[in-house]
Amino acid sequence: MEAFERVAASRAKGRPTGLCYIQNIFTDFMEMHGDRRFGDDAAIVSGIARLYEMPVTVIAQEKGSTTKDKVHRNFGSAHPEGYRKALRQMKLAEKFGRPVICFVDTAGAFCGISAEERGEGQSIAENLMEMMTLKTPIISVFIGEGGSGGALGLAVADEVWMLENAYYSVISPEGCASILWKDRSKVKEASQALRLTADDLLQFHAIERVIPEPKDFSNFSDVYESIKADLYKSLQQKLSEDETELLQKRYDRFRKFGADTYITVKQNTTNHAN
Amino acid sequence: MKLPKSLFQKPENPLEWYDSHIKNSMPDIPDQMCISCAKCKAILLTGDLNENARVCPKCGYHFRMNARQRIGLITDDASFEEMDGNMRSKNIIGFPNYDKKLWHARLASGENEAVVCGTAKIGGYPCCLFVMDSNFMMGSMGTVVGEKITRLFEYAAKHSLPVIGFTVSGGARMQEGILSLMQMAKTSAAVKRHSDGGNLYTAVLTDPTTGGVTASFAMEADVIIAEPGALIGFAGPRVIEQNMHQKLPPNFQTAEFLLEKGFVDDIVPRKQQKEYLTRLLSLHQRRPEHGSI
Repeated sequence: MEAFERVAASRAKGRPTGLCYIQNIFTDFMEMHGDRRFGDDAAIVSGIARLYEMPVTVIAQEKGSTTKDKVHRNFGSAHPEGYRKALRQMKLAEKFGRPVICFVDTAGAFCGISAEERGEGQSIAENLMEMMTLKTPIISVFIGEGGSGGALGLAVADEVWMLENAYYSVISPEGCASILWKDRSKVKEASQALRLTADDLLQFHAIERVIPEPKDFSNFSDVYESIKADLYKSLQQKLSEDETELLQKRYDRFRKFGADTYITVKQNTTNHAN
Repeated sequence: MKLPKSLFQKPENPLEWYDSHIKNSMPDIPDQMCISCAKCKAILLTGDLNENARVCPKCGYHFRMNARQRIGLITDDASFEEMDGNMRSKNIIGFPNYDKKLWHARLASGENEAVVCGTAKIGGYPCCLFVMDSNFMMGSMGTVVGEKITRLFEYAAKHSLPVIGFTVSGGARMQEGILSLMQMAKTSAAVKRHSDGGNLYTAVLTDPTTGGVTASFAMEADVIIAEPGALIGFAGPRVIEQNMHQKLPPNFQTAEFLLEKGFVDDIVPRKQQKEYLTRLLSLHQRRPEHGSI
């Protein structure tokens, strides 16, 4: 399957969204609203639930189902208050020793005046920093679109899993095409060049696991079952690990990217100050 | 029939005659001797402008400045020692035309990558310093930029040194795909460890600071200052305008706008930055552990 076909599948109508995963994997879900600073962002759903008997914190980007719901949820593009709500729930998870599970599905953090004036960049930056040392296990599952910083804001995790047709990219294929070729229609070439499919990412060690998915969106029960069982197994194992070791592994997981993929040249730079 | 000899001769071109006779006798004017101020339109001599820290003497507009000029302006004489200056990016994911882009960027900037890192003294106080350069692919962050900044923070944490960072960036570098995005998390991790060690990190946001750099180490500093008029934001203004189908308010995403919204500590004009940073470093000198007051 071509890269762009996967991008199209990740956005396809009827594809299960964050709430479907919450409903089908967990029990006793109690939604918790608001960031205690500005408001409640419906693009991110967060709360407490049980995974089998284990209490967990669940955070999901939600694109919405009906047109009205999609507008209400801003098509899954979160404002700063969404990231701050997520971080608040993560801090509570740390306090009560619950693992954190994030479901990522966003075209990107919201690009608009309201998001900028409330500090979109700052809110994501804070999540990156704080998640890095959150003293409880975190697993992020990419279920659809993984658009740039907006996805990473919920993906500084011990492990990142990805559905077969999800993507994860530094920029949207459309954005890449319009910058590079000044032509938004060249999305196919851009999708290919960005190496954004689950298989590519597995090769770069940017993700740990690819989850196979059926063609038919109404038949996702096997996907939910396998995620449920695997989450439980992995989280049990991580909860038994030493805290310092867990955090060191998380640091190393991100530290490795680009640590040895450069060229060393003899000459230093050409001009020098001082 | 006898053909005239001059038939195949090139007819005289008056412009060529001008070039060979008049132009060559005119005095040599170096390229970019003058520059027009983007704000007040005043015509300025490049030499004068550089002597004035690339700030328009008429209206105070801050022109962009390359990394070496900035280091010269901020650090004490001969105190800067570069680290990892010999690292260059390679085309890891096989992105079309990236090698060529890198070559052009090195030529345009005279640098190996979009950030210059090292140790220095500012007003006598030792610190670690990183300065990004907009002439290298608009300061975009790829793996080498991320690696150099991460190493700098790790070094600073190990030696309990403060970090001063000048940011200018279009964001994460798309030519390195997901690996560029991962630099946001990697640098944030290093900033966090440096911070948890009780060390000071000050960021100076310069024009423009956007995208993945805003959403990572630019906004993670203990003290964040900005240059007057600098464009600072997550999404670029053009993207927002297209997305929202509405005109953006004046001043939107400027340093002044961020100050008003509470996202920067202060706006500090370029020529006052050294004094500002010196004072800040002096206020953050660690007390000797068993010292008396």
